[in-house]
Amino acid sequence: MTTIFAEGRRAAQTHILTPRLETPFHARLAALDTLNEWYTWSGCKAPHALSDPELEYFAIRSTAALFDISPMVKYRIAGPDAERYLNRLTLRDVRRLAVNRVHYTAWCDDHGHVLDDGTLFRLGETDFRLCCQERHLPWLLDSAFGFSVDIREETEAVAGLALQGPTSFAVLAAAGFGDVQQLKPFDSTTLPHDDVSVTISRTGFTGDLGYELFVPRARALSLWDRLWTAGAAHGIRAIGYDALNQARIEAGFIVANGDFITADGALRADRVRMPDEIGLDWLVDPDKPHFNGRNAILAARRNQTLKNILVGLEIEGNIPAEHALVYHRRKHEAGIVTAGIWSPTAKRNIAIASLERPYGSLYKDDLWVEIYALRELKYQKMMKRAKIVPRPFLRLARRSATPPGLR
Amino acid sequence: MKSSDTLQSSYDVIVIGAGHNGLAAAAKLAKAGRSVLVLEAAAEPGGALVGREFSPGYRSAGLGHILNRLDAEAARDIGLDLAVGRSLAPTTALDGSGRAVVLRGAYGEEVEGVSAADADAFYRLRKKLIFQAAVLKRFLRRPPPRLDGVSPGDIAGFAAAGLGLLRKGRGEARDFLRMLLMNVADVADEYLADDRLKGLLAFDATLGIHLGPRSPTSLLGLYYRLTGEISGKPGGQIVPEGGMAALAPAFRRAAENAGVTIRCNTPVARVLVDRGRASGVLTEDGTEIAATVIVSAIHPQKTFLDLVDPAESDTGFIRSMRNLRSHGNVARLDLALDRLPTFSGLPADARHGRIVLVRSMEQVETAFNPAKYGEFSPDPVMEITFPSLADPSLAPPGGCTLSALVQYAPYRLKQGWESGKPAFLKILLDTLEQHAPGIGWSIAAADLMTPVDIEREYNLPGGHWHHGELQADHLLVNRPINAASRYATPVEGLYLASAGAHPGGGISALPGWNAARHILAGATP
Repeated sequence: MTTIFAEGRRAAQTHILTPRLETPFHARLAALDTLNEWYTWSGCKAPHALSDPELEYFAIRSTAALFDISPMVKYRIAGPDAERYLNRLTLRDVRRLAVNRVHYTAWCDDHGHVLDDGTLFRLGETDFRLCCQERHLPWLLDSAFGFSVDIREETEAVAGLALQGPTSFAVLAAAGFGDVQQLKPFDSTTLPHDDVSVTISRTGFTGDLGYELFVPRARALSLWDRLWTAGAAHGIRAIGYDALNQARIEAGFIVANGDFITADGALRADRVRMPDEIGLDWLVDPDKPHFNGRNAILAARRNQTLKNILVGLEIEGNIPAEHALVYHRRKHEAGIVTAGIWSPTAKRNIAIASLERPYGSLYKDDLWVEIYALRELKYQKMMKRAKIVPRPFLRLARRSATPPGLR
Repeated sequence: MKSSDTLQSSYDVIVIGAGHNGLAAAAKLAKAGRSVLVLEAAAEPGGALVGREFSPGYRSAGLGHILNRLDAEAARDIGLDLAVGRSLAPTTALDGSGRAVVLRGAYGEEVEGVSAADADAFYRLRKKLIFQAAVLKRFLRRPPPRLDGVSPGDIAGFAAAGLGLLRKGRGEARDFLRMLLMNVADVADEYLADDRLKGLLAFDATLGIHLGPRSPTSLLGLYYRLTGEISGKPGGQIVPEGGMAALAPAFRRAAENAGVTIRCNTPVARVLVDRGRASGVLTEDGTEIAATVIVSAIHPQKTFLDLVDPAESDTGFIRSMRNLRSHGNVARLDLALDRLPTFSGLPADARHGRIVLVRSMEQVETAFNPAKYGEFSPDPVMEITFPSLADPSLAPPGGCTLSALVQYAPYRLKQGWESGKPAFLKILLDTLEQHAPGIGWSIAAADLMTPVDIEREYNLPGGHWHHGELQADHLLVNRPINAASRYATPVEGLYLASAGAHPGGGISALPGWNAARHILAGATP
């Protein structure tokens, strides 16, 4: 009987047969993949790298890189109260977000702790798309009480591609999407593709010239093929997350549950973060109507109870300092490096670090990082001098040049 | 009533709701020199204390049956002019056998109708419960303690409670901690043998609460009852001079004598809030009235889910507020009788008190079971009074009114109250007929108010007179919810002062009076 019961239960749980879903572009990624190095991104199979992470990085900075962002969590928020709803949900003033514009924003719980950050697309007067790292449907639905708004998850239904790099516009132009020429950073437009339309925005996670494309799942592969064919002459290359991660650190962007722990995900009471503690204070708009966490954030500012601060560091030498401890005067523990690389483009050893105030706020000098480099079963311990520097670590004129360059 | 035709465009304080808590808060604030306007949706002030003509010539005297927790200091402080000089009213438990148990004095200082051994057992339990309730009573008159940044006052409060507990030795302290969250059935079983006494305690512990006597923590309801006192007697109960109908006018006079302006027939449509600060109200007729302090003496859910735009509150706050359990379980039956009925076994000198029709604890528990599944009790338990005995004006000469609070009658009845109401009424009348044979012939009119009717009649969401369950998760620092548990709320300038605020429901005047004192002391959330 036990066996029969177990078998019955197994049969009722078919979802465990596919613990990792494949994205709409998986067939194309798998065909290009030579490394078989996959990780899980929001339940989807996603590549660390496809062939050579270094070449993939340089595709971002020198030609055009194609990155599958389909696993990114996407919510469609529409209805007469959509603007008012999102204005209460998120930190920035949504009234100032024009149709066909995108802005980076974040949202908090009642205690002012960041639940996630993401991009908000205004597709129409009453039609928005919110893209982020983690799932938030219960929070979004509970937030809808008192608003006339329709909220639906469209992560699976909508496929996404990021096309980033100096020739990304050339690729789009060659693919027949030349109309994106007039797009300034954070503009978006809708263009026909097959029998559907594709939303193309001048956005990205690289600090480079680049675009993001959203298309219904059923037309994912034809869109990929259209770009791929057009991109052949412009050095297009499919990339994995390792390359993108280097570019985003150079651009100074933070990753939820990488550089900070989201309030819903934190198991330990002191791991949650307010916007001001992760460099997002500029998103908080005290003059706009009420928003979640407003009381708590303003009280923390007033009472000076903010405990942490996020800083950019430049570290001497060329050894990446990922997850290294940060010290003040080589002695007092001041925080941790959440992301660090040797920047191939800036030619600097850069890092993003979370420091415990007053380190980073009051005491900004005499900071050190302790790097442990494992070399043939022996740790080499290095104390390297670190300097707080502004983010982004890399500024590229082509990122915002309009009209965009062709190479 | 001072209801001048033109209102000022601004007041220091606007109180929403002229229930007794709203009037108590208004009176206290006006006595402190604030200009106070009370806005009431109904035609007259008094909230659930207001009676109504339920049949030509017959009036009810409001929802409450007796007075057992009106705070003497609050009443004195707001200048409540109410004669409570009469002796305490008894409670009689009738099981239908004709053998009554009568609790006399304050909650059975003397018990009649049981064996000497049973009476002794009851006295021991009574003494213990009243001692334990006295420990809890210390928290009634002050805002619940803060959980972040405990104040010296809070520490003093806890210390006093701890010392009070230890005063009688460690054994008593241990027993208090053991019993605090127990169910009333287990406690009653420990002490008592008489089914009627156990049934009475079970009824008193659960009346107005969605719990059966065997539900965990059901003893809290009895503690709450025993934290009340009348004339310094814990557990005492009275019917004031002139009956319960005298209460609403007394509270109104207290407020008006303090200089409060009361405006009836004026429902509030919106509390005006911008970026976390309340600035006034908008009435349903479109008038904006400004005030820096808004005291909401109505249901917390009505306040924050309706009057304040949800966009002005945080999502988690709204979530907690929506999860506040506030579905009533008590129905109210008013009977118009052409003569005083005879309940078998009821002593004549106990008629003016409280009569509880209950056979046993099991009956209360069994009556609760269907309520869990959205059905009314086929064999309900009820508390009866004859309001016209204290206030003959409620009935025509020779006539009499009977009022019963009956449970369980769930707000969300599965079959719907439209068809459920006649069926439930028949059960009630049959039950009364068993206890008072022939009463059916003397009924001139019967009016049953289900929780849905109570909701409509008294603007009381869920028909729940406590404005939210009186259970462990909605008490003290969590009443009505943690983020609004100290009268102040996340909206600066907006305060809660109804039964939904600490300490809870009943005619105590404490939520209103406490809120007003807290505001005058410069309240912080």
